[in-house]
Amino acid sequence: MIEFKLPSLGSDMDEGTLLEWKVGVGDTVKKGQVVAIVDTTKAAVDVESWQEGTVHQLIAEVGQKMPVGTVMALLLESGEKPAPGSAPGVGAGETVIMAAPVPRRMVSPAARKHAEEEGVDLDSITGTGPRGAVTLQDVEAAAAALKQRPAPRAVSAEPAAKVADKAAEKLADMRKTIAAAMSRSKREIPHYYVAEDIPLARALAWLQAANAQRSMAERLLPAALLLKAVALALRRFPELNGYWRQENDNAGFVPVAAINLGVAISLRQGGLIAPALLHADGKPLTLLMQELTDLVKRTRAGSLKSSEMNEATITVTNLGDQGSQAVFGVITPPQVALVGFGRIAERPWAENGGLKVLPVVTASLSADHRVSDGHRGALFLLELNDLLQRPEELDQ
Amino acid sequence: MTDAEIRAVALATLLSIAPEVETDELRGDRPLRSQVDLDSMDWLNFLLGLHEKLKVDIPEADYARLIALDDVVGYLHKKLGGT
Repeated sequence: MIEFKLPSLGSDMDEGTLLEWKVGVGDTVKKGQVVAIVDTTKAAVDVESWQEGTVHQLIAEVGQKMPVGTVMALLLESGEKPAPGSAPGVGAGETVIMAAPVPRRMVSPAARKHAEEEGVDLDSITGTGPRGAVTLQDVEAAAAALKQRPAPRAVSAEPAAKVADKAAEKLADMRKTIAAAMSRSKREIPHYYVAEDIPLARALAWLQAANAQRSMAERLLPAALLLKAVALALRRFPELNGYWRQENDNAGFVPVAAINLGVAISLRQGGLIAPALLHADGKPLTLLMQELTDLVKRTRAGSLKSSEMNEATITVTNLGDQGSQAVFGVITPPQVALVGFGRIAERPWAENGGLKVLPVVTASLSADHRVSDGHRGALFLLELNDLLQRPEELDQ
Repeated sequence: MTDAEIRAVALATLLSIAPEVETDELRGDRPLRSQVDLDSMDWLNFLLGLHEKLKVDIPEADYARLIALDDVVGYLHKKLGGT
């Protein structure tokens, strides 16, 4: 019997709330298949299964809040027969200690999103879905009725105020989560910082020429070049790519072969999430740009996958769009490094006894001194610089 | 298309990217990105949205000319054959 447990979708996650099951009892589950949608303090996440099997029992109930590690479902392995007396079904588990259910309306993610968009108060709707769940159709009907009803302003404003309150509550939860993770980072990780000014004249000229040959939808942003260069540089600096693990008295660095870049993405309502661009070093720029675009879109729409939430091996943050010249970030535990980029701007550049004006970016590295030293950190930035002087080689 | 119609398309495109924006409060003569906190990905999606809705190609070399909403409207007006 396989226990499908609520995974940690980031080091800052302690618990989650089941929003929706994507499978039913008797369904066959494949590796990588989304089986549930779980709400964290940061986002609703599509949770994937990393084992194959047949759903025997759905233990967690929609709306239930549970700690990380809670057994949510039981799967039968291939060829396995259920044990006598182990009845399949929903919420019938006897051997699992479950968190106490929290009273909560059962609402599909699509319905919740649409309700927020339309200013519909979910508490005013009678759900017609399974076990009284509020469906998208319920919200659409309520929204249509709301528009047709000539309600007084004060009354119509009330649901919007409630929606605003809920959004504020969600934002406050996210701030608490970020506060906990960043406090832990600064408390436990001895950070060191190095920075390097990198001229980008060659890289941007190459990018301009490449984009001139592309349709608007296929154009690359400088961010794609920077991310690819970071990923390739990490191949030579494995001590920056992985996790610091501590179990009882044993602590140490565990390098990870896959280079999964956590990309810090700010949310329009406030806060940020850093989902992963998986295996970024092996992807050509066009694919990397497509995946970055998709990742940003899905992050802001609240439809990330669990593998994107918990598999980042290093984080990259870019505050250049906000005008900052440089950023020295806080490492996301259990990762051991963070790369930051500031604004790409024209600056005076002295070279070979001459002075010219070039587009330049300041790249920084925040790294865990338990794992690497400033000497290696500085060499990493030199490697990054070197790669960005050969942009054509990044597109492989 | 008139300037007003182009502006309406531009604002609708902007709202699809930044739904929280109060379009009535936007200054047409001020840099758009800083008024509504658009990053480079948002800006690319904004221009791509205009391209798809108005069937106008916007070369990357022209991006630097598109700073304020008035710039965008004037640029598109010319591209669409206006004078």
